[in-house]
Amino acid sequence: MLKLIQDTLTSQVHTLWLVFKHAFVKADTVQYPEEAPYMSPRWRGRIILSRDPDGEERCVACNLCACACPVDCIALQKAEDEDGRWYPEFFRINFSRCIMCGFCEEACPTNAIQLTPDFEMAEYVRQDMVWEKEDLLINGTGKYHDYNFYRVAGKSIKGKDKGEALNEAEPVNVRSLLP
Amino acid sequence: MNWEVGSGLNIGVILLTVIIVAAMLIWVERRLLSLWQERLGPNRVGPFGLLQVVADMIKIFTKEDWVPPFADKFSFVLAPAIIMVAILLSFAVVPFAPGVGVIDSNIGVLFVLAMASIGAYSVMLAGLSSDNKYALLGSLRAAAQMISYEVFMGVSLLGVVALSGSFNLREIVLAQADGWYVIPQFIGFVIFLIAGIAESHRLPFDIPEAEQEICAGYHTEYSGMKFGMFFVGEYLGLVLISSLITVLFFGGWMGPEFLPPIIWFVIKSFIFIAFFILLRAAIPRPRYDQLMSYGWLFLLPLSLLNLLVTGAIILST
Repeated sequence: MLKLIQDTLTSQVHTLWLVFKHAFVKADTVQYPEEAPYMSPRWRGRIILSRDPDGEERCVACNLCACACPVDCIALQKAEDEDGRWYPEFFRINFSRCIMCGFCEEACPTNAIQLTPDFEMAEYVRQDMVWEKEDLLINGTGKYHDYNFYRVAGKSIKGKDKGEALNEAEPVNVRSLLP
Repeated sequence: MNWEVGSGLNIGVILLTVIIVAAMLIWVERRLLSLWQERLGPNRVGPFGLLQVVADMIKIFTKEDWVPPFADKFSFVLAPAIIMVAILLSFAVVPFAPGVGVIDSNIGVLFVLAMASIGAYSVMLAGLSSDNKYALLGSLRAAAQMISYEVFMGVSLLGVVALSGSFNLREIVLAQADGWYVIPQFIGFVIFLIAGIAESHRLPFDIPEAEQEICAGYHTEYSGMKFGMFFVGEYLGLVLISSLITVLFFGGWMGPEFLPPIIWFVIKSFIFIAFFILLRAAIPRPRYDQLMSYGWLFLLPLSLLNLLVTGAIILST
């Protein structure tokens, strides 16, 4: 009997007091539309296509992102310009299928496709969920500011032959007998 | 129209106020719960979310009012009406302020206890007529809970009745002019508080409708306005128990002169309503056999002892 009374006072009444004290703690709620929540830079949200520091498209239409995509929401077609650069003729992401897994970003060899902290992508018409290249392409470098694929890669394009890229050795002349 | 106890205007204003207050408690409870859980609660509809109640009303009125084909139609429809009627009738004997009240009954305390017992029928009928296993479990628990708390609920009030020498709630308030009964009858107050929570099926004693265990217990099958009547009936019960505690143990409308008596009544009642909501936020639910053994083996002997000591003291002075 006495133990029950003691338990009531130490446990139940104490619990009431502890919960009551929460009245003086600021609420954790973020009132979303008026108050923007903090989104981590690593947040996997809306997909963009970035440009290199020279302002050229980074995407080389290698198709790795489309292969990596588990829901097959990326479609693109390779084309080649007169300089020898590869670029996508069209690049289409169906965001009504996209699950924001970020596999495309991991697969991309040129850091072209990137996921951003933006998540406000609701549309009234289902067709509007399909984004074309001009919707995806941004005028910046995204998360990687200095990277330029054609400056570091061994591919020869107009104005840059093999061996002229950054940190690239001259190609070995296999016909020479010199050591 | 004259303004005195039992006049038509008086009855109408009390009825309307009580129902509106019970409806507003939906908002009050959600805001208070979120205050204690470090959230904000509903604050979008109207200023401070006050119109949330209106939105809920529109929703509940436009919902389909569905009676299951396997239910017993008559008692299924009757059950939600009983709880509203029984609790609203209990308000008839509550003295809100001098000159404010529906009736000054000489058997006020007994009337309230009788209406509480009739209210229990509502829960049992709802569970039985639904023909649903969760509802049946709920009404089974309601019956078990009812027989365990109604006894000591009545006994705990007898100390107050013995001290004031009247069953009339208005005279009980007047008898507290030189001291609230919460001091001489503290044990009676605590027991009545516990019984009151069980009576209004509030957490931690919402065993008949335990959402996490048996869906919603006795009102599993109810929808639309019938569910709304159970919902509002629960809040009406909360208001009733709070005002009864105020009347019986905290001197009703008595208070310093600078505020009108009705304001004192509202303040005191609201403190108890907030306390009941705090209980909901803090205390977990016991099993119903725990409530029964707690009631029969601990609270009933304690309330009898309380009555015995109170009687002895009254006789010896």
